[in-house]
Amino acid sequence: MHSINKTHLLKYSKENFFILSRILSILILIIFLSIVSPQFLGWNNILNIFRQASIQFLISAGLTLVIITAGIDLAVGAILGLAACLSASLIVSGHLGLGIVAGLISGLFAGALNGLLVAFGRITPFIATYGVLWIAGGIGYVFMKGEVLHSFPPGFRFIGTGILFGIPVTILIAGIILVILHLLLHKTVFGRYIYAIGGNPIAARLSGISVKSKLFYVYTLSGLLSSFAALVIMARVNSVDSSIGEELLLPAIAAVCLGGASLFGGVGGIAGTAIGALILALVINGMNLLGVPSFWQSGVMGAIILGAVLADQYGSGRSLIKS
Amino acid sequence: MIIKTHKSENINSSELVAYLKKAPGALYLLAFMAIALTIWTPNFFSLNNLTNVALQVSVLSIVALGMTIVILTEGIELSLGPVLGLCGVSAGLLVLAGYPLLIAILVSMCIGALFGVLNGALIAIVGLPPFIVTLGSFGIAQSFAIVLTGGDSVVGLPEYFRWFNDGLFLSLPIPILTIITIFFITWILLYRTKFGRYIFAIGGNRLALKLAGANVNFYHIGAYIFAGLLTAIAAFIMTARNNSAHPTIGVGLEFDAIAAVILGGTSFEKGVGGIAGTIVGALAIGVLRNGLNLIGVGTEWQVAIIGVVILTAVGIDSLRKN
Repeated sequence: MHSINKTHLLKYSKENFFILSRILSILILIIFLSIVSPQFLGWNNILNIFRQASIQFLISAGLTLVIITAGIDLAVGAILGLAACLSASLIVSGHLGLGIVAGLISGLFAGALNGLLVAFGRITPFIATYGVLWIAGGIGYVFMKGEVLHSFPPGFRFIGTGILFGIPVTILIAGIILVILHLLLHKTVFGRYIYAIGGNPIAARLSGISVKSKLFYVYTLSGLLSSFAALVIMARVNSVDSSIGEELLLPAIAAVCLGGASLFGGVGGIAGTAIGALILALVINGMNLLGVPSFWQSGVMGAIILGAVLADQYGSGRSLIKS
Repeated sequence: MIIKTHKSENINSSELVAYLKKAPGALYLLAFMAIALTIWTPNFFSLNNLTNVALQVSVLSIVALGMTIVILTEGIELSLGPVLGLCGVSAGLLVLAGYPLLIAILVSMCIGALFGVLNGALIAIVGLPPFIVTLGSFGIAQSFAIVLTGGDSVVGLPEYFRWFNDGLFLSLPIPILTIITIFFITWILLYRTKFGRYIFAIGGNRLALKLAGANVNFYHIGAYIFAGLLTAIAAFIMTARNNSAHPTIGVGLEFDAIAAVILGGTSFEKGVGGIAGTIVGALAIGVLRNGLNLIGVGTEWQVAIIGVVILTAVGIDSLRKN
């Protein structure tokens, strides 16, 4: 009897490894940080963490869909940067609406280019998106000529700094995107196709799914979401230069890995990425509170990526399936 | 039967056509650019400029040779760029602290090998995706390099350090001599040893090799160690050329190396490809950079143009294969 209970418990913890391990790491981080830093549990700091997590989530949201299809989008940061540069220059010169639309369209086009290359050009996703990273980054660089644009109108800054019903607008936006993408993934045929393509592309094709067009849409959507994240970041930090997207790739992938998505495809979800973004925000906030030099940030991101995939590999017994 | 008669009918022309059909995109790209640049600018086809190109691609070629071995195992090594930065910075700091050059070389090689062991073990033994493992170690190597110097460059290296770039042996520049040596070592390893046969087999069908009783993990990790060691060597040439070591100097180099490998005709699947193509691929990227400089294209445009050219070449390659 005792042994049966034990195996049941083991099975339960394996099946729910993701949620158990993430709750545990969030709890450990909260307990540790509230002990070592008195500011940690202040209302302002908590809001700050959630704002940071919301922005991180918006950057990683499109990437999550791409990774579920067993692909990768290295151009996330570069597309974000390009969109920010284009819309910032238009917004600063007084064309608010045009600036927002131009930013979103540039992200849409860059994402569509990724989709064309991956789906129809049959180029390995990370080579294709790396090429687009250079193209988007290069255009942003040429466009800005080393300038820094700042001081956006208050109406625009509302999406980054405003408060609605007592909740920061950034958090509301991230919440809305989270719900929309969650419904897209789990309540629509398109969402089921995305999982099918990531799980087994050949089976998906044989069962009549047009893999190419679905992949094209996923990369395009990822580009659009990157440019949307660009607008929120611009509104929050109130300044843009051509290097704004450069450092965003590693944390973006780290959040998705922490969110339990598998790089092999077919596994993961958008809610997981939200949890991943929250853990990442806690870690970064903790490093800031403890005064850890920013030099360590990329190392910590790297260690988090390795730790998350390693834990999932062993914890959920995934290694038995793919080796 | 049919194939035999077909072959005997027109050996010369059909073999040439077959070779040209199989030749990697890099060869066409290189030929096209060489002809175009020779016509366009008088400066391109001079011994001086060509030596310059060769020196410029030496670091890329060495890293790309290691990358080829890794890609042949159906892997990828994203951390080579930051590892190059880390090796260069460590060597620079050790030499400045008064340690003999030999110690600096050994420590650099150990760092390269250590990252190879770390990546290789997680990929071969644990079975994690190479992309994500090496992306993780990318961050770690980059942080270590920046923390070691506090973000600054290591400057004021002793005069003898420049030998790795400026030195001559048998009237050949040291970097060019290094590529030739490393190319031959890699060639022998890949085509004349058990290690090489296993590398191709790991990419072709890892499971079959494992079931045949081979020590697959050992050779799989070996591929990553080899790439790390070559990167450590490349770090010395890079540091000598800049006369300083910068912690983030290598970032981006890993992708140039991947581009060189892909342009050179090595495939991400099934262990198909070879190292000769990689050298051609690296040369194509070097000539492209050099050409853009010669025609006077600004650095800000070069980034976007190189992206377009590489994507076009890879796209044409992939369409040709299918």
